[in-house]
Amino acid sequence: MKISPLQLFIAFSQMALSGFGGVLPFAYRALVERRRWLSAEEFPKLLALSQVMPGPTICNLSVMFGYRGMIALPIAIVLVLGIGYQQFGDLPPVRRALAGMSAAVAGLIVATAVKMARAMPRRIAPICLLALAFAGVGVMRFPLLPVMAFVAPAGILLAWRERW
Amino acid sequence: MVNSPSADAPVWSIVGPLSAHFAMLSLMAIGGGVVMVAPEMQRYVVDAHHWISAEQFSAAYAIAQAAPGPNLLFVTLVGWQVAGWAGAAVATLAILLPPAALTIAMMRLSTNRAPGRFGRAVGKGLAPISVGLVFATGWILLRGGSGDWSAVAVALLAAFMVLRTTINPVWMIAAGAAAGVMGLI
Repeated sequence: MKISPLQLFIAFSQMALSGFGGVLPFAYRALVERRRWLSAEEFPKLLALSQVMPGPTICNLSVMFGYRGMIALPIAIVLVLGIGYQQFGDLPPVRRALAGMSAAVAGLIVATAVKMARAMPRRIAPICLLALAFAGVGVMRFPLLPVMAFVAPAGILLAWRERW
Repeated sequence: MVNSPSADAPVWSIVGPLSAHFAMLSLMAIGGGVVMVAPEMQRYVVDAHHWISAEQFSAAYAIAQAAPGPNLLFVTLVGWQVAGWAGAAVATLAILLPPAALTIAMMRLSTNRAPGRFGRAVGKGLAPISVGLVFATGWILLRGGSGDWSAVAVALLAAFMVLRTTINPVWMIAAGAAAGVMGLI
């Protein structure tokens, strides 16, 4: 099937704009169920590849499938909001609203982390790696690079030796 | 106007190091997306260089999350706060291009080849680290806001609602904004 660049742009723009707080579920519905550009077997394969690759998962998936629509309109929206923040961010009600939004967003991120953690095996090695990464980067505020230089090889070695 | 502490420095002296650092981070975001490198971005632009405040960083994240589209766009906003339009463009490209180039190269090299034993060990070994870093992002965003008990209560409530119900998460953000305006935080 031949898909025109315009069709790609429209499809990815629709996906991106409906994806409040994460685009992935919308990507599946649009690409597999509605437009049938990917089969149910192809989608997880591409997704798995885009998850192993560094970078934003959904954008890696988009690279394989048409990039610009995922980014162009959302970037315009976010910049308009950013300009609004710079103009009015010091007004007390705006400031308080953003403090409330930040707290809620922090909660959403913790929920995402909990979901990811639930999928992990309950073994001592992965739990220690998780705790070390959190404590080093989050609580102690060490730079990411030295923390990763320590925990990443440890994690890969432990996984290689099949310690969990 | 929200003051940018970096307003006096020449733009190139900021966008150079900013793009190099973000490009490096983009390649480290394996398994959790940009969410997992957000603590390091915050440390870099807030603690190490004092280009923006912790409150501005948290606001950028909250705005990008509340807007439709991939939430990596908070990087665009951070770049914009730090160094204007040049900062926005450079930060966005720095986070997108290196992984995109790598992904395209990988697709050219190997079509549908299953990862070997080492590849599987990398994926498996890094997974718990990504989860720890996503927790760290939640932690630093909470600390970057007011950080008092009412903010923690809102965060816990939002997390609980998302885990236990199927309500669209964007309503949690709206409720957080409402709680803030009413002076609860």
